Amino acid sequence: MHQELRSFFDCSMDDDHTFELEDYGSVVARWCGGCGDHGVLNAVKRLMRDEQLPAERTVFVSGIGCSSRFPHYLDTYGFHGIHGRALPIATGIKLSRPDLDVFVVMGDGDCCSIGAGHWLHATRYNIDMTALMLDNAIYGLTKNQTSPTTPQGYKTNTQPRGSWLPALNPLTTSLGVTNVSFVAQTADWVPAHLFETLQAAHRHRGFAFVRILQRCPKFTLPLFAQQARTPDLHELLVHPDGVNVPTLEKIYKRRIEHDPSDLDRARVLAEDPDRIRLGVFYRNENRQRYDDIRRLPSYTAAQNIARLDAELDRYAV
Amino acid sequence: MDPAIGAAPSSAHRPHTKTLVEASEHVVEVVSDSGEGAQKCGQIFARAVARMSYGIWTVEIIPAEIEPPARTPAGASGNLVRFGTGEITNWGDQADLVVAFNEQVLLARHRLDALRDDCIVLLESQWADHRDEEIRRQWQDAMNEISGRGYRLLPIPMQEECLRVVDDARKGKNMFALGLLTEIYGLDVDYIREQIRALFAAKAPEVAKSNCDLLQQGIDWAAANLDFRVAIPRVESEEARVVMNGNQAAALGAVASGMDFCAMYPITPATSVSHYLCDIFESYGGKVHQAEDEIAAAGVAIGASYAGKVALTVTSGPGLALKTESLGLAIMTEIPLVVLDVQRGGPSTGLPTKVEQSDLLAALFAQPGDAPRVVLAPATIEECFHVMITARRIAKAFRCVVIVLSDANLASGQQQFRRPVPDERWHAAPASQRAVGKDELPYGWDPETGLSRRIVPGQPGGMHTVTGLNHDQRSKVDYTPEANELGANMRSRKLAVLHETLSPPPIHGESSGDLLIVGWGSTKGAIEEAVDRARAEGHAVSSTHLTFLSPLQPGLRDIFSRFERVMTVELNYGDDPESPHITPENRRYAQLAFLLRANTLVDVDCWTRVPGQPLRPGEIHATIRNRLARTDTGEARL
Repeated sequence: MHQELRSFFDCSMDDDHTFELEDYGSVVARWCGGCGDHGVLNAVKRLMRDEQLPAERTVFVSGIGCSSRFPHYLDTYGFHGIHGRALPIATGIKLSRPDLDVFVVMGDGDCCSIGAGHWLHATRYNIDMTALMLDNAIYGLTKNQTSPTTPQGYKTNTQPRGSWLPALNPLTTSLGVTNVSFVAQTADWVPAHLFETLQAAHRHRGFAFVRILQRCPKFTLPLFAQQARTPDLHELLVHPDGVNVPTLEKIYKRRIEHDPSDLDRARVLAEDPDRIRLGVFYRNENRQRYDDIRRLPSYTAAQNIARLDAELDRYAV
Repeated sequence: MDPAIGAAPSSAHRPHTKTLVEASEHVVEVVSDSGEGAQKCGQIFARAVARMSYGIWTVEIIPAEIEPPARTPAGASGNLVRFGTGEITNWGDQADLVVAFNEQVLLARHRLDALRDDCIVLLESQWADHRDEEIRRQWQDAMNEISGRGYRLLPIPMQEECLRVVDDARKGKNMFALGLLTEIYGLDVDYIREQIRALFAAKAPEVAKSNCDLLQQGIDWAAANLDFRVAIPRVESEEARVVMNGNQAAALGAVASGMDFCAMYPITPATSVSHYLCDIFESYGGKVHQAEDEIAAAGVAIGASYAGKVALTVTSGPGLALKTESLGLAIMTEIPLVVLDVQRGGPSTGLPTKVEQSDLLAALFAQPGDAPRVVLAPATIEECFHVMITARRIAKAFRCVVIVLSDANLASGQQQFRRPVPDERWHAAPASQRAVGKDELPYGWDPETGLSRRIVPGQPGGMHTVTGLNHDQRSKVDYTPEANELGANMRSRKLAVLHETLSPPPIHGESSGDLLIVGWGSTKGAIEEAVDRARAEGHAVSSTHLTFLSPLQPGLRDIFSRFERVMTVELNYGDDPESPHITPENRRYAQLAFLLRANTLVDVDCWTRVPGQPLRPGEIHATIRNRLARTDTGEARL
């Protein structure tokens, strides 16, 4: 959120107050033990603390699924909506109240399947919000159905002989959309990288899309177990304008220089199926923002009544 | 051409005597191929007669395609204007006078039985002896087809006359036609010129001038060649009045209500509300967001409303269907929302441009689980304006979804009404950002009324997560039997509280009698006119019209008990009891009848049609007589 907007509504801010982690959530999350959602929740709370975000000006919007329980575990404003529709709701909030800091938390079913149309358009609108796609490659809450990001051949209750088709690549999909402005990938098993990525996304002015690879301990543990244990299967995208976590460099030795302003290379890097690449694929703050374009002055009731009177006169006979 | 139905005198001949046709009202149609401007002609004509203090009602005649083939009945495009002494509340029965730019569009109206037997037909005559043999044959076939009726056919050399003024007659015939009407009905020429200049204000001055010249050409031609004039008495009115259509009125009503956010997706016949809002809303600080689909439009409106003032979404039947799940979310989370549904014929894509009142039960009940919402139906153009203010206020005060059911008849029909005087009290206050007290809860339901005060983002101390899951007063997910029952009760109780504030619907006619007609929405004018005609014949018939469909207005059972029979008249499907296989046991009633039977336990009958056009007072009148005759002969009720 940007300082100049805080006075959008007449509200006095207590500038002396320092927010602690406990200010952002006291409820114990009820996800399964070992679920990647816990790590994302911790990273988000830390981000809010470090950025000193006022809880009353922060809104978390979610859809349906395990990950969409997210807002319930935070002491900010939250909107736990319906399957696939988190992005339209967030769009409405931000268009009506540009002063609010809006986060969207979606699962892979939410974002890439039932709400995929909204995802495409939200990317193009490029409204200032932070969109987290918690991708465990499965429908968990409804118990083990194939999602668009389930790898081909992986057995589920709806495709018991293995997922029929190659998985959808959310990174190349996002990077293919006109006016895309921020695309990053991180993983729940690299908490330091997760935090830095969320921070970069939140600081980005525009629609910041972060795909978070994460484990579902019930249904997709085998998918990520090997990777999570094997740093060499990862490749960190590093660049002064990207996400840089020096403490990780001793463990994650495979690194690749990637300038996040290079969209063509971002698409090439995102396409490679053999590597798990973590980092900022693309960032461009010069993209047009729909919320900026649509910002309007406000008028008093008296002004509006005078205008309406003049408009009605056009219909007078 | 059949000489028996009359020929226009040649332009060289000036009739010495003119017949003065006296009438209390006239229905005038102007029809052309799409793109020839009959609609513009009709619109200016309508304003001009309204300006002269006549009552008016207009109906757009719209082809289904943007550019239908020329000279085809399916391509008929234009305007119907009914005007007369006193108030006009509907489109009437059949046209008294029609101006047709070719014989094919005339055929379209003839085949719809839209013209009176003695209708005066001013028909472009160039096709009769056109150089294309096929066109001459079509003309002759058309003349044969209409010859059974007693139309007074007056061929007019429109093309020839227009070419005296402009190079391309196709662009100017409409103003020539307007000139004919101006002369026939004795309209205020200066005012019409003013309207023409306003219409072409954005174009080069020559455009307005050549259109005014065409108007004059029409006036002069009519003065020289037509042997009749029509005189309709008028009563001067001092009251400030406006003329607009229902979609314009609804858009202005939304502005007047202080709403400042509308999310929509294009759908006929609702889109012109959004077009208009797109045009003017920003100058009031309002935004229209064209979403990527109907579901997104609902979601965006809900998000905007959740965080700020009551928001609006505008749609038609198929869009309402798509928004269903989202409306359930708004109802469950008690986020206020106004949904304007401009109804068209259904199901599925049905009749996109044509009227039906088929969304009533969907508006009331389409939702898994119990999802109480308010449903309102404006009956006049004036009500299209004021209903938006009422809807916004109810949505806010009751934290509920309000669905407004307009329809294609109101959407494009124009009527004049008392000019609204905008009032600051109609406005929504900005979302409060005050700190929330310790004891205040997101759903601090008053146990008696179910009412509670909204807490919106930005309010310190009010942080909570709203959810479509069942929740308690703190908005915490709660699946216990007690919590689910309480939530369901509280959401429903609000409707009972609103019901207590409503008045019984007024009765048109005596408060008891043999037959009560019950209607809702745009059919009001036609129903009341039919009732007036039947009453003038001595029949003990009355009508009542419902603005609130959910909750229903109070006192219905009591009102119904004072009549021998109660029957709804509606523009949606209901089984005809005379049809094969239809029995009292399996008969499917029209939508309001279904609702009233369930609500009042009165044996409410119904008469319904789905012609894709407004009901005519004449057909309702005939139905009233027919039903009363059946009662008189002691026929058993269904």
